[in-house]
Amino acid sequence: MFEARASSTKRRSSVKRLSLVPFTIAAAMTLVSPAMSQQEAPPSATDQVAAPEAKEKESRHESERHEQKPKRFDWSFAGAFGRYDKAQLRRGFKVYKEVCSSCHSIKMLAFRNLSQPGGPEFPEKEVEALAASYKIKDGPNQAGEYFDRPGRPSDRFPPPFANEQAARAALAGNYPPDMSVLAKARGYSRGFPLFLIDALPGFSYQEHGVDYIASLMEGYEDPPPDVKLPEGQFYDPYMPGRRIGMPPPLSEGVVTYEDGAPQTIDQYAKDVSAFMMWVAEPHLESRKRVGLGVVAFLLVFVGLLYFTKRRIWSGVPH
Amino acid sequence: MEGHSQYTPKSGFARWLERRLPILSFMHDSFVSYPTPKNLNYMWVFGAILSFMLVAQIVTGVVLAMHYTPETTLAFDSVEKIMRDVNWGTILRYAHANGASMFFLAVYLHIFRGMYYGSYKDPREVLWILGVVIFMLMMATGFLGYVLPWGQMSFWAATVITNLFSAIPVVGTAITTWLLGGYSVDNPTLNRFYALHYLVPFIIVAIVALHVWALHVTGQNNPSGVEVKDVKKETVPFTPYATMKDAVGIAAFLVVYAWLTFFVPNYLGHPDNYIEANPLVTPPHIVPEWYFLPFYAILRAIPNKLLGVTALFASILITAALPWLDTSKVKSAVYRPLFRKEFWIFVAVCIGLGYLGAQPAEGAYLWFARVLSAYYFLHFLVILPVIGKVEKPEPVPESIDASILRGETSHV
Repeated sequence: MFEARASSTKRRSSVKRLSLVPFTIAAAMTLVSPAMSQQEAPPSATDQVAAPEAKEKESRHESERHEQKPKRFDWSFAGAFGRYDKAQLRRGFKVYKEVCSSCHSIKMLAFRNLSQPGGPEFPEKEVEALAASYKIKDGPNQAGEYFDRPGRPSDRFPPPFANEQAARAALAGNYPPDMSVLAKARGYSRGFPLFLIDALPGFSYQEHGVDYIASLMEGYEDPPPDVKLPEGQFYDPYMPGRRIGMPPPLSEGVVTYEDGAPQTIDQYAKDVSAFMMWVAEPHLESRKRVGLGVVAFLLVFVGLLYFTKRRIWSGVPH
Repeated sequence: MEGHSQYTPKSGFARWLERRLPILSFMHDSFVSYPTPKNLNYMWVFGAILSFMLVAQIVTGVVLAMHYTPETTLAFDSVEKIMRDVNWGTILRYAHANGASMFFLAVYLHIFRGMYYGSYKDPREVLWILGVVIFMLMMATGFLGYVLPWGQMSFWAATVITNLFSAIPVVGTAITTWLLGGYSVDNPTLNRFYALHYLVPFIIVAIVALHVWALHVTGQNNPSGVEVKDVKKETVPFTPYATMKDAVGIAAFLVVYAWLTFFVPNYLGHPDNYIEANPLVTPPHIVPEWYFLPFYAILRAIPNKLLGVTALFASILITAALPWLDTSKVKSAVYRPLFRKEFWIFVAVCIGLGYLGAQPAEGAYLWFARVLSAYYFLHFLVILPVIGKVEKPEPVPESIDASILRGETSHV
């Protein structure tokens, strides 16, 4: 047996393992620090197949094995003409800052990004003030010491935990994934033949990741009576294995919106997901804008070339 | 197609250079006066499209290389830096990643065109084999490049593919260790993959030069499969005729390429590759890029590792033997009723294998993959040789002009 085939066995067992390992998020979403991957001897994929317990778990209820397909939301940034909704990104950032950021890092996002075009576009003064409210580790200074200083717009958001071990120690073994590219690191299969349509102009669907995240956030439920959850686990039908280690992060009114948007779980979930999409794809707007120009030009260009070609070939029987 | 150059240097400098290095007449003969059959259809534009894509990949790749860091702790972040902080970085990276897909799309259409019109037959065997070599080098490059972003799929694809070599009896493990630069995929692996990903495209450029050279010696095949008999009557000069037609093809191809790059750039990618490589977590489902899926399906269809790997390589190498496996004297499928049907079945089998390569290798999927893999090899080893013997071809036109008069070519 070799790795390629082991993966399929693994597919079944990975879902099973979630119930055994208390670190649900860790198992499914881990972003282990690079330092760690350097030190530990990497086991082969074959070693990781948890074969013995697979049979025993097979008998469990069907609903436990398969997660639900995410709901489809109406995103302002979907489609060829899609643009981010600035107000939504600002609200989403507020949710991130007041809720998510206590556990999730967002290490690739710099404060300055918040005022750049195509994002929430906070005024630069506000961003400077925001950055200054964070303490950033810097150094060494002339005396050879490391020190804390107020943040600058060019700094990136400092992580809530110094390292993976610190996060696990504080969060009952869970390691929340970094949120910088999470919206692109999640997805689901629409299956044949829908996946073919997802690429087509007019039907294009690229929002699998945000749909999944938004569904997950508002999807927490009480577990069905036949499902026994271990301590520190929660039931969410959108999560692979339907178990998640993250306690329900959102509740009505937990974040105060100043723009009059409803302060509901659904609204928070949508706003923070949109924010995560922007963090994962900060140049989406300029990319699509340039793309429209490029495709429009090419279409005209093809037409001109085609008629030139016809003219040139008109005298040649072919 | 060879003959005296029709090029006459016009300027004093051109005359001076021509006597010392006849590069101007060479370019003129290759890309201006080079005779191309009049009846080529739009399936003949993929050669030009592939040349364009090769250059596009090298140009975007060289610029990306200026910003990329081939070191395991930095690679993933450096790619994200390109996406965030490098001017035009998002577009550059998406153009390169989707460019690989478009490159393979074009090469598959190019290969299937060659199969349909019998372009591999006498006297174009060497031309065809050089094409197979280019295809294999492209696969190597595509695989090496996929590892560089150092996401989960990068890492595990590298693990799976390098592991294939351990199937070789006796020396397999030693070879794998040598390839990896260690006992598992790690920093030395990433470093050498980066070096090789930069190197192999230039080897491709060299083989492409040979491919074009061989093409210019034998001349192009054409939809009728009948060789050019009268160069004056049956061909047109490459410029402006073929250049213009190729330009239409390239521009139309670019529309699709631009759509992918600008609007659905992650459609052909896997979400897991936005998770940084982690040797301790195996992705639930390891899948290669779409263009490797048919071969991946063949690999997994066989329950013995050594045989699976052998089948994988054989499935690619067997195409090099096509000129001798196809026993029919008639080149073009246009006049081969049986082969024509078989060709489309074969295309469907390849697409089917591609679909199965993306599914878990279990249950019914596995059995379908086995049936289709068997058919894939039967096509080459049994069906083609037999069809060539038993088939009664339709009357082949005497010349390209006769084919045009019959109205067998399109007029677009």
